[in-house]
Amino acid sequence: MVQKLDMLQETPSQTAGPYVHIGMMPTYAGNAETFDDEFGTSPIAEGAQGDVIEITGSVYDGTGWAMRDALIESWQPDAQGKFAGQDGADPKVSGFCRFAADAESGEFRLRTVKPGRVATSDGTLQAPHIALWIVARGINIGLQTRIYFEDEDNSTDPILARIEQRPRVDTLIAKKTGPGQYRFDIRLQGDGETVFLDM
Amino acid sequence: MLDGPLIPRNRAIHPDPYDPGYKTSVTRSPNLPLLSMDSTPSEETGPRFGHARFGALDNNLILNWTRGAAPAVGERILMHGRVLDEHGRAVPDTLVEIWQANAGGRYRHKKDGYLAPLDPNFGGCGRTLTDAQGRYQFLTIRPGAYPWPNRGNDWRPMHIHISVFGHSFGQRLITQMYFEGDPLIPMCPIAATIKDRAQLDRLVAPLDMAASKPLDYLAYKFDIVLRGRRQSMFENKPEGM
Ligand SMILES: [Fe+3]
Repeated sequence: MVQKLDMLQETPSQTAGPYVHIGMMPTYAGNAETFDDEFGTSPIAEGAQGDVIEITGSVYDGTGWAMRDALIESWQPDAQGKFAGQDGADPKVSGFCRFAADAESGEFRLRTVKPGRVATSDGTLQAPHIALWIVARGINIGLQTRIYFEDEDNSTDPILARIEQRPRVDTLIAKKTGPGQYRFDIRLQGDGETVFLDM
Repeated sequence: MLDGPLIPRNRAIHPDPYDPGYKTSVTRSPNLPLLSMDSTPSEETGPRFGHARFGALDNNLILNWTRGAAPAVGERILMHGRVLDEHGRAVPDTLVEIWQANAGGRYRHKKDGYLAPLDPNFGGCGRTLTDAQGRYQFLTIRPGAYPWPNRGNDWRPMHIHISVFGHSFGQRLITQMYFEGDPLIPMCPIAATIKDRAQLDRLVAPLDMAASKPLDYLAYKFDIVLRGRRQSMFENKPEGM
């Protein structure tokens, strides 16, 4: 026998299931009257500083089918690299959004501001990115990934640098399709599988 | 100070992402390993939700759909517990959201077409903030079991879906609470995605008579543990930084 560590274990995850929207995006689920003030409807308010951008994409399963039921949460800093609640953060940027694949087309859309750079605790500057968390029926534990941007300098980002197979870096980089417009597709499995994070 | 990187997830306690018994997971689980790294500010910060944004009935599913006009059908229960981190510290002021089927096993969702009828008095979702001790509570009805398309005759045990934030985006967790004594738990392919029975048992809420209210409701207790953070003292910087 040894001494007890006195630590708890994290509660095990379970899938969010097919009806996750009623709890987290009630308006999407057809229940707009659920709460007076729904959370996560937009990461920015009118007047947010910086470049307003729009990212569209789909979440594809291992067969290449664009999932109709995926729900994504995003978290990011403002244009100066400050997160909501930090000193000097832009009060118009909550930084948090919930968006879902369209039930007909499977396309999602995120309208936000381009995030600023944020340093890690050892002072390394990361490239601008938006953190994502993806849940759906069949996903037993939420998937973490990031959106980086094609038109930013990503060359010294510590997370991207750790991806051994260099072509896979591309799976985390949104492609510019027009002024303020980006495309970011997520592939859960198989060809072009997105790099998912354990951080 | 416990403000270093998040403690890495012990994935052995979590469900297998790929589990042929739960058919949908077969095409929705990554084939390739996850990229493991120390957390950064993107994972160590997270959204906060102020008390002012909650309605008085947000955590009362018996009454919130009708705005207090009429109670939902079903067995009245109190679901309550604490949100803690891996160090056993309370997680105060964090958002807890739940959603569930009604007493007949039917969800108020445009995609649920189960035979059981909707209850006009039941929406099926609630939300609250934990208090200073990390406690939360919901008044609701016990959800019914329901069938789902997987193998020929699979039924979900009675369960309530729960989403918790903690104080950082990397703590994000969604899980399900099951009910003590439900014979469907050991038959359920979704519950069975957790391979260690002792870990699955942690999702089964015991009947809590001490918290029940005579002539009103029964209580079930469900504590939730989120990832903690390492101590930041003696952190070494990588060579050359
Ligand atoms: Fe369910």
